[in-house]
Amino acid sequence: MELAFVIEKVVLVTVIFLITLGIAAYSTLAERKIAGFIQGRVGPHRAGPSGMFQPLADGGKMFFKEEIIPAESNPWLFIAGPCLALLTASIGSAVIPWGQDLVIGDRVIQLQVADINVGILYIFGIVSLGVYGIMIGGWASNNKYSLMGAIRAASQNISYEIAMGLSLIALLMVTQTLSLRGIAEQQAGFWQNGWFSWNVFCQPLGFLIFLVCSFAECNRTPFDLPESENELVAGYHTEYSGFKLGAFLFSEYINMFVASAVMSTLYFGGYNFPFMNHLGLSDNVVTILGVVFLFAKIFFFIFFFMWIRWTIPRFRYDQLMNLGWKVLIPLSIANIVLTGIWITVKDLM
Amino acid sequence: MNLFYLVAFLSIFFSLLVIFTKNPVYSVLYLIVTFFTFSIHYILLNAQFLAIVNFIVYMGAILVLFLYVLMLLNLNKESEPMKSNLLKVAGVIAGLCLLLTLAGSLKLVHVSDPVLLKNPDIGLVKNLGKVLFKDFLLPFEVSSILLLAAMVGAVLLAKKDPNNV
Repeated sequence: MELAFVIEKVVLVTVIFLITLGIAAYSTLAERKIAGFIQGRVGPHRAGPSGMFQPLADGGKMFFKEEIIPAESNPWLFIAGPCLALLTASIGSAVIPWGQDLVIGDRVIQLQVADINVGILYIFGIVSLGVYGIMIGGWASNNKYSLMGAIRAASQNISYEIAMGLSLIALLMVTQTLSLRGIAEQQAGFWQNGWFSWNVFCQPLGFLIFLVCSFAECNRTPFDLPESENELVAGYHTEYSGFKLGAFLFSEYINMFVASAVMSTLYFGGYNFPFMNHLGLSDNVVTILGVVFLFAKIFFFIFFFMWIRWTIPRFRYDQLMNLGWKVLIPLSIANIVLTGIWITVKDLM
Repeated sequence: MNLFYLVAFLSIFFSLLVIFTKNPVYSVLYLIVTFFTFSIHYILLNAQFLAIVNFIVYMGAILVLFLYVLMLLNLNKESEPMKSNLLKVAGVIAGLCLLLTLAGSLKLVHVSDPVLLKNPDIGLVKNLGKVLFKDFLLPFEVSSILLLAAMVGAVLLAKKDPNNV
């Protein structure tokens, strides 16, 4: 383990963390701007030019609010809840390949923090841990609304994880690797062997299931039952104030960013873009362009999350469970069978 | 090796906390930490796949359900059913018998020679998959049928009216 390697990784982790926080902060502004656009309003526009400093103002407000810990609550777990939510949200981005290798002099710099050979499963594990922050916070508040929110979050996450895992299995049958870097490399360019190389064109149904499940795992509308304000006041964060509330809200936006990055990498070619190898550009320029394209895809998905929020109303709880168990799980099993048949037929030909 | 002793100490420490804490929700939280240290053990043994599966299945799914049930029941000191003294005495006697048996059987155990794996990478996904689907295909399939049967049984038990299936 040479020193330069350690420095390289530390710099990469810091940069990714800062970018994550920045995008999460500006997602709050984007959400309100997009909400305004869709509803024919202006959205926030007072802080700075066209509301550019609104996230800073919001953050400052969160910091200076009074921190309230309810008397009958469980103080340790009450603080641990939002911390855990923020932690599990931020560690997911460690295995995402942000671009191809950068070559500076003799050094080859990998734009990925850790290329582990169980990358997808790591992401899946982090997603399944994400619910603990909400559950612990909701239970420790000692409030019936919070508890209801926490219990809803737990059952929703468990139900949709199954369909998500099954849709990933079909993808893995096509890619035959668990490493996210390997999957991104397989989708090089846009057109390969007479068919689109991006996985979304081999696995359209799998992508749709994965998309719906990631909405559910991020607790976004139409699956935001853990915090549905017209039934449960504010759900699991009813008792929270100040920056602990901020941590919960922030972790939702970080989750959205990581989910968008995972979807772009798994199904939309990651850092690959059409004609990347035919433009006659040097490798480093292609790498940097690839990073730009990856972020463009991520921003599109974040926009998509917000677009859906103002398009589809919240489900009822039984509808949520029906969709998860009776529609998505059978569909994803059918997808696995179809993929198996397709692969066998392709091998025979 | 030092890392192993640290992690082993943490596993034992947290599993003792699971038993000795009064609050059941705390017990489950300590159990989560215990399973996390198990995952670290697997990684130290170069079994990444087992580590991550332990992470997903135990930490991410089973213990969420444990926590879910405990939160739903909302157990605390007031609502916990008091056990009668007879039951407590019986528990102590049974526990001591178990301790005696364990101590007796441990005396017979001798330290085995350390076994070196022929292939230290056996825990990686690729090798594990090959072993499971080539050498141990039948046991693998049989155990999957067992799991399926258990699942169907659970669904049948959960149905309210057994005549109406």
